Amino acid sequence: MKKFSLLLEKLLFTPSRNRKKSALKEYIANTPDPDRGYALAAITGDFKMKNITASFYHELIKEHVDYELFKMSYDYVGDLAETISLIWPNTSKNNLHELSLRKFIELISKKSKPKQKEIIFDLMNKSDANERWSMIKLTTGGFRIGVSAKLVKLALAEYGNKSIEDIERIWHGLSYPYVDLFAWLENKSPKPRIKFSDMFHPMMLANPINEEKDFSNLKPSEFFAELKWDGIRVQLVLDNENKKIYSRTGDDISKSFPDILFNVNGNAVLDGELLVGNNFKALPFNSLQKRLNRKNPQKKIISEIPAFIKLYDIIFEDGKDLRDLPLSKRRQLLSDWLKLNPSTRLDISEIIEFKDWNELRQIKIETTEKFNQEGLMIKSKNSLYLSGRPRGPWFKWKKNPLFLDTILMYAQRGHGKRSSYYSDFTFGVWNNDNIVPIGKAYFGFTDEELKKLDDWVRKNTIKRFGPVREVHKELVLEIAFDSINESKRHKSGIALRFPRIHRIRWDKPVKETDYLKDIKKLFNFQF
Amino acid sequence: MPVENAIITHGHADHARAGHQNVLATQNTIDIMKIRYGHRCANSFQSLEYHKPLKINDLTITFYPAGHILGSAQILIENTHNRLLITGDYKTSSDSSCQSFELVECDQLITEATFGLPVFQHPKPENEIKKIINAFERSEKKTYIIGAYALGKSQRVIKLLRDIGYNDTIFLHGSQVKICDYYASQGIDLGKLEPVAHKKNKDFEGKIVIAPPSALKDKWSRRFSEPVICYASGWMSIKQRAKQSLVEIPLIISDHCDWNELTATIKKCKTKTVWVTHGREDALVYWCRKQDINAKPLYMQGREEEQ
Repeated sequence: MKKFSLLLEKLLFTPSRNRKKSALKEYIANTPDPDRGYALAAITGDFKMKNITASFYHELIKEHVDYELFKMSYDYVGDLAETISLIWPNTSKNNLHELSLRKFIELISKKSKPKQKEIIFDLMNKSDANERWSMIKLTTGGFRIGVSAKLVKLALAEYGNKSIEDIERIWHGLSYPYVDLFAWLENKSPKPRIKFSDMFHPMMLANPINEEKDFSNLKPSEFFAELKWDGIRVQLVLDNENKKIYSRTGDDISKSFPDILFNVNGNAVLDGELLVGNNFKALPFNSLQKRLNRKNPQKKIISEIPAFIKLYDIIFEDGKDLRDLPLSKRRQLLSDWLKLNPSTRLDISEIIEFKDWNELRQIKIETTEKFNQEGLMIKSKNSLYLSGRPRGPWFKWKKNPLFLDTILMYAQRGHGKRSSYYSDFTFGVWNNDNIVPIGKAYFGFTDEELKKLDDWVRKNTIKRFGPVREVHKELVLEIAFDSINESKRHKSGIALRFPRIHRIRWDKPVKETDYLKDIKKLFNFQF
Repeated sequence: MPVENAIITHGHADHARAGHQNVLATQNTIDIMKIRYGHRCANSFQSLEYHKPLKINDLTITFYPAGHILGSAQILIENTHNRLLITGDYKTSSDSSCQSFELVECDQLITEATFGLPVFQHPKPENEIKKIINAFERSEKKTYIIGAYALGKSQRVIKLLRDIGYNDTIFLHGSQVKICDYYASQGIDLGKLEPVAHKKNKDFEGKIVIAPPSALKDKWSRRFSEPVICYASGWMSIKQRAKQSLVEIPLIISDHCDWNELTATIKKCKTKTVWVTHGREDALVYWCRKQDINAKPLYMQGREEEQ
């Protein structure tokens, strides 16, 4: 428990991803099975004690600490686990050093609630504040230490000298405490064997096209195009009995989309874009956002915002690996497969043929401007399905960005290397005589420009709220963004996608920037 | 605001201000005020030693060490039938950079409550300071910048480092130098100190730099190529708060009492009435009343958070 609590503390306070990764590797190297596996599963959120919730701890604290004082403290601290860990009377009997995670989990698993309370009470008395915090987090989950599952997988890959793809491929077939995984990483046993539907196959990604260089080198006849859908890239894995949906990073997101899984059948691995809407008509990305990260979506939201997949590719069929076939062949197999396994939730992303790059450019202008598409994908007909982002076979051709002149409103200090710089900028536009915020941007500028911006923020601060400064409304930022959507979450009613600072208009008077009502008119909002 | 006669408990800016007519304080506090605000920051100064009673009309005033910073005092004001003790900022735990706290029995107590919530239980400072030394062993090339208030905290941190055997030069932000010199002149051995100014980046590799917390966010800290931000404060026990201020190594080192010290002192001084000020009054007032001690919050002017 001691070691685990020190790891958590370190992860929480280390801003750099690389150093977090090193801390994880160091922990893995110096901790025996099965503790290291439990620790990682707790951090990724895979391990949690189902019957121990916040109310368990509320009851426990009521029994042992003055509840009025607890409430005042909770009000001040704001986090349950922290409040409890700090308010619990410190004793000198600090001897949790020897308690392994395995032992801890064994102690409280499968016990009655009163018994569990008794055990936790005893352990809390024997720990320091940081250990108590770790113990509570371990049982209830939700660490908030800024470590993603991806980072854990990267640490594992580096620890075992494997590629991240190797880890992602088998990740969902593994279960904690991952003893077989560690044995493989340490070259003590072969790669763990896992169920086919639990296998994630690293995806093939595209590079942005360079219009000047690439088009002169590429033969239009060897390529076809598709619309670039603005959803999330997914892999659908079906093996007759089991069905799974994985995100691009290999996260299992099946639980968020029961409506899709209920309506698909077969034995194949398919690559596509998950979208929402009726009759395969995709709604904007912010509608999809309402379906993301919901573990058990309610019927109402499923019927209001049904999900579907636009299929790009097939990479396995009946257990047979198709990745070494050319794309044109795979697309043929994909349509054949869908005819045999029709579904109300699967549609094929249509192939767009073209004679030359100029014709494609015309198509791109039409689709992006009229239909608000993100852009086009350009794929070599002969391309094999390769994991990662190989240069050459697949390109993305994004639509030209849109621009708005906005006014800098707030700035916040960044993290890590940027922690002494005001580098996160909130910008707004005129709404009658007021300025309303419409978004936040933290890239798009050079280091030199950042220094100037930082300097400007420091000299033009009017108010401070913790790490945030409000500034004089005098600096114009030209913001580039990919698309604009209606948003109920923002006061302004609009949300920008991928906003970044295009130019800093030191020269431009704020009076000449855009008005909210004109922006809404320009983009045909129905307000 | 400036007044005619001021009794000053200690030299921190939220307690000691320039512009009073007459100041009564310990010699250390007067010296510190003169260093920070200039020799003419008050019209006249009168110093009073600890334990030496001073009669003013029918009242007697006595200073007792408060253990907060060098020269900090609790003020006992008494007449024949009543003893009122004003703790000022204080701590009862040990600190080799200043005079140790002394318990004074009283009838009425005005206590500070900076950390007046039971979530504040300060760990041992000797263990906290070891966090820096442990971090050193992992990455030697980094520069460890410790944010610490220039008066009191800074010298305490240096002293703690010396006490656990750290003998290397410690570098100081310009604003820290004068007070450190003063502490040294009063016999508090802080070891080898050097100002940061005019040195190269390389000189700080694997070294400790002490700076006021405001400098951590400031352009000043950019001179160090691989800084690790540390912060010595009682507030650092609140993880999300420490995290929000972008601190990498939080050091829970406080110049104030934690909850247990506050409540223990109230009990031991046998007071019948408590006025609570400077911090989170509600919880301490609630606690006192549960112990059958009269208690009321006392709201004062111009109070900010711990410096």
